[in-house]
Amino acid sequence: MSMFAHTETNARSRLPGGKALGGLLQRLGLGGRGLVIAIPTLWLLLFFLIPFLVVAKISLSEAAIARPPYLPIWEWDDGLLNINLNFGNYLFLLEDPLYLSAYLESIKIAGISTLIALLIGYPMAYLIARSPENQRNILLMLVVLPFWTSFLLRVYAWIGFLKANGIINNFLLWTGIIDEPLIMLQTDFAVYVGIVYSYLPFMILPLYANLVKLDQSYIEASADLGARPVTTFLTVTLPLSASGIIAGCMLVFIPAVGEFVIPALLGGPDTLMIGRVLWDEFFSNRDWPIASAVAIVMLFVLVIPIMMLRKAQAVEEGAS
Amino acid sequence: MKTLATMCSVMALTAGAASAEGELNVYHWSDYVAEDTIEKFEAETGIKVNYDVYDSNEVLEAKMLTGSSGYDVVVPSVEFLARQAQAGVYSEIDKAALSNYGNLDPEIMKVVAVNDPDNTYGVPYMMYTTGLGYNTDMVSERIDEDKIGSWDMVFDPETAAKLADCGIAVLDSPSEIMAPALHYLGLDPNSEDKGDLEKATELMLSVRPHIRYFHSSQYINDLANGDICVAVGYSGDVLQARDRADEAGQGINLTYAIPKEGGQVGFDMMAIPDDAPNPENALKFIDFILQPEIAADISNYVYFANPNTAATEFVADEVKNDPGIYPSDEIRSKLFSIKPHTPRYDRSLTRAWTTIKTGK
Repeated sequence: MSMFAHTETNARSRLPGGKALGGLLQRLGLGGRGLVIAIPTLWLLLFFLIPFLVVAKISLSEAAIARPPYLPIWEWDDGLLNINLNFGNYLFLLEDPLYLSAYLESIKIAGISTLIALLIGYPMAYLIARSPENQRNILLMLVVLPFWTSFLLRVYAWIGFLKANGIINNFLLWTGIIDEPLIMLQTDFAVYVGIVYSYLPFMILPLYANLVKLDQSYIEASADLGARPVTTFLTVTLPLSASGIIAGCMLVFIPAVGEFVIPALLGGPDTLMIGRVLWDEFFSNRDWPIASAVAIVMLFVLVIPIMMLRKAQAVEEGAS
Repeated sequence: MKTLATMCSVMALTAGAASAEGELNVYHWSDYVAEDTIEKFEAETGIKVNYDVYDSNEVLEAKMLTGSSGYDVVVPSVEFLARQAQAGVYSEIDKAALSNYGNLDPEIMKVVAVNDPDNTYGVPYMMYTTGLGYNTDMVSERIDEDKIGSWDMVFDPETAAKLADCGIAVLDSPSEIMAPALHYLGLDPNSEDKGDLEKATELMLSVRPHIRYFHSSQYINDLANGDICVAVGYSGDVLQARDRADEAGQGINLTYAIPKEGGQVGFDMMAIPDDAPNPENALKFIDFILQPEIAADISNYVYFANPNTAATEFVADEVKNDPGIYPSDEIRSKLFSIKPHTPRYDRSLTRAWTTIKTGK
């Protein structure tokens, strides 16, 4: 507590006019801690809660040829407030099996991609964490380096690799391994490649942060007690890195479920993901209420794994 | 919520104030003017143009229906203009303020008036057809001469099967593909009958295994690179692919054909949003485009036919005499245009389209 107060005054005195501002905030009942919490709260309120409420409102409306293209859900009529809530949009999602299969397909594609990213990312994170300290930063740089190029451009680059007369096919034809170009682009395979490639750093970084803290003496102790490396890995390293695995998987899985760009550019016409269904509802059908309902349901589909993560973290904190 | 809305409108107002005099905000299709069109307009009028592009009617529509787009001139296709006008998005065109309005082809104005009664809200910009772009060599190796340039290339399962290995691409646009499918079956391309839609869906499902992908612009590059051999696409886009292939000099020869059976003719319309910050400059821009030399310059550059009778003499012979751009009278009589659908039918159409694409 005292340390906190100390840094607080330090930070204030560095600001020009900081004293006056600090005094004002104190009078408003906003100390440094309140301010620190207020900023993220305001951020979430402005960029998450308000947009969410707007979308939720539209999802309870009805489509119309108007601007904006839906009917208002409340109206003042001579001092009488009329509220029309249309839950039909949500019921409609149940009526047509298309929506359910799009959600399931999205979860399947995101799940498999997450698993592949974990299988590739774990050894990489492990190696970086175990390499000499002076090399770690370089290796981490290499993981982060692709972010310096636009995401869209990197996905486009994969088109050049995967297409019928692209780099991979031309190389395989030249070596004589294949006679006919392999059709890789516009398939689910290309979508997996795209998602795993794009989100791999989000898997590696939390895993690395976790593995680098792993106390080497546990592993030595395990070896001293006669465990083989595989046993040590399975019974010591893996359980201790569980929180890193969960964090990495969430960071890959959640954005992958709602992914639109990668399946649109690399996927085939039969790759049905929820992002595409949402696009169709919004643009082709001009049905903003249904599109909003699809988005709200997707949010709840994603909230469940987040809750699981919170619970797992709480259990871990309780244990330690 | 209220404060947020106020904040947004304040921001919009300041943005509007900055462009109150001497500016024009144009929202146009990508690759749809000559290289010097905007420059010439700025030089002639002294108006500064802010130029943005989109590549689908749907994206434009979403902006228009949200409102406060800040644009002065937009260019939707006529069937989209019809629906947006119904939503009250556009202001009426002041024809008296357009000195070159008389240059417009009265025949075309009549066709366009089916969707835009009395030509109230739109001035035709260019006309396009939706037809077949194909790689001449790859196609003639695989199918009979009499099938080339016919809808059979895409809609006949036997013919399409022979072309599947070199690649068939189809526009990802339900209305623009289902209309020719209905036409191919001898039905009304604008039919909203459930039974007709089912027949067209069956036709598409029968050729579905032979279609490599559905996309509305990818085919331009893929045709030019020889990655696909047939595309159902827009006339000007296929012709631009042909130019690219010629420039690359890889021996890829592309042809655009309006199918023998007839195809869809469409019109892109210049329109002024009702909340346009500079409506007078918008009229000046439209009048500028209606100048014969300017319209001809654009046609010569983008390979789309203009609806301007006075411009024809300035259009290059290779463009004017290309039946893919300026169709012959015989083909012209077989062209059809599409009308906006009711929201209910649009939903059935999109749903059928998803079934066609994904099998679900």
